[in-house]
Amino acid sequence: MKHRENYSLNIKRRELYGLIASIFAFGLAATLPLFNTGYALSLGVTIVMYTVLSTSWALFSGPTHYISLATAAFFGIGMYIVGGGLEIYSFPILIAIAGCVGAILAALIGLATLRLSGVYFVIFTLGLSELIRQLVTWAQTTMGTSSGLYVLIDVTESQIYWELLAIAAFVFLIGWCINRSRIGFALKIIGNDEKVARHVGINTAAVKIFLFMISGSIASITGAILAPRWTYIEPTIAFSPMLSFLVVIMALIGGAHRLWGPILGVIPFALCWDFITAKFPNQTALMLGLAFLLIVYAIPHGFAGLGEKYWGKFKHWRDFRV
Amino acid sequence: MSNSVALSFQNVTKRFGGLTAVDNVNFDIRDNEVFGLIGPNGSGKTTVLDLVSGLLRLSSGKIISYDKKISGKTSAQIARRGVSRTFQLVRMLPTLNVKENIASGGVFGFRRYRRKELDRKVNYMMSQVGLTGKGMLPVTMLTYIDQKRVELARALMSDPKIILLDEWLAGLNPTEMKIGINLISGIRYEGRTVVVVEHHMEAIRSLCDRCIVMNSGQKIAEGKPNEVLNDEQVIAAYLGVDNA
Repeated sequence: MKHRENYSLNIKRRELYGLIASIFAFGLAATLPLFNTGYALSLGVTIVMYTVLSTSWALFSGPTHYISLATAAFFGIGMYIVGGGLEIYSFPILIAIAGCVGAILAALIGLATLRLSGVYFVIFTLGLSELIRQLVTWAQTTMGTSSGLYVLIDVTESQIYWELLAIAAFVFLIGWCINRSRIGFALKIIGNDEKVARHVGINTAAVKIFLFMISGSIASITGAILAPRWTYIEPTIAFSPMLSFLVVIMALIGGAHRLWGPILGVIPFALCWDFITAKFPNQTALMLGLAFLLIVYAIPHGFAGLGEKYWGKFKHWRDFRV
Repeated sequence: MSNSVALSFQNVTKRFGGLTAVDNVNFDIRDNEVFGLIGPNGSGKTTVLDLVSGLLRLSSGKIISYDKKISGKTSAQIARRGVSRTFQLVRMLPTLNVKENIASGGVFGFRRYRRKELDRKVNYMMSQVGLTGKGMLPVTMLTYIDQKRVELARALMSDPKIILLDEWLAGLNPTEMKIGINLISGIRYEGRTVVVVEHHMEAIRSLCDRCIVMNSGQKIAEGKPNEVLNDEQVIAAYLGVDNA
């Protein structure tokens, strides 16, 4: 049975094909606004948004198995940085600030929580999003006159789509580089056995915090880019816990153990979600529940794991047939 | 054998709530020595290894390695100072293959290899421990002795100055035991200090230069294996006072 050598830094032919296919796919996706600026583009923005969020989430949570429900916290902070800072700074500068703030917040959370075991981390990150939402609500109602902010800026849906697509390409590039680096190898060891990881000399806390910073920063940047699309943002929208759950579900359905796994979950789930919310708006919770059941009972390693399983069986059959 | 001290335990105590697992223990392990830690189950042997490797923090006292205090450091810091270990229950990295499991020991620790140098070192370690030709196998498909070999190779990958073997020979049949003893003997000839926790007295006799015996967290004897194993207090600790 052949296994890939993770610690080897040589580019393999299969990876080269993957890289070329990815570049082609991103190039093709970039042409969408040239053909359609209506419903298809709107759906495209949603799909690319969840691709960015789920893939960056899986960069950290996939190998470490720490389930973060803080995506909404980072996303909302990014939105509020743009909403609150538009009169002072330009939009691109605010996106950069959002990225930095997301990374700093992730580092602080990481320092405080990544020494905790998985369950406590999940609860903490869920609570954190709620805490930030309540703090923002309190700050706006005590210091301002309304609970929301207007984000009035001349940015088209096509621009938002291209910006998100560029961020998605960046996330895939980071993920690919990490997978080929010592940090990627360290993450695989941590995910297998953290005690062994510490005993072979890995500073596990530093590695996890670094990855969590990347994930948090990307989520904040995504929130910042999408703020103009909402026009009016308020804490219940920006820090919605539903976003955190959807990101986790999409990544797990696709397969969080592979860089390209989450996108396999994002596309079908986003399409189904769009259909359900349009036709059966009161049944969204049911769909979430069914998705959870599907992950737990049918595809614990996601579509990527399922595909790999059957590909392995096919190869076994091909190699041993007479 | 050199006379410099590889590990010095000074008034080392470890308490778990009301239980004192290691009680004011003092001893030195010399450089390039094979040193045994023996004693009945629950006597504190593995706790001593956990304290050296940074898995547990000392309640009081200190551990010095080559004139530098290592107690209070993290496991990763201690590993980077040249102390590596195996575990009482084999700990594999199940999603990685044999080569990757072994390579994991040589990328972040005391000695760090890169790319081709790493590959060469992994192949060398596989030949040393008897795993040649099994590099691409998933570790979950290996026999118990081969999993132990992988763990030993991983611990040796970073060229540690000190290696801690926690019941590495446990669970092996007599043939495998002979292979295991030869493997451990080979490590000391590479100039390393070897600390073994074992229950097999024949292994202790054939491997160790010196050893200590622990009982209820205390050191009850220290010296050469043949002397120590004939000590009345040691016999009483192993067999019970009435049967001694």
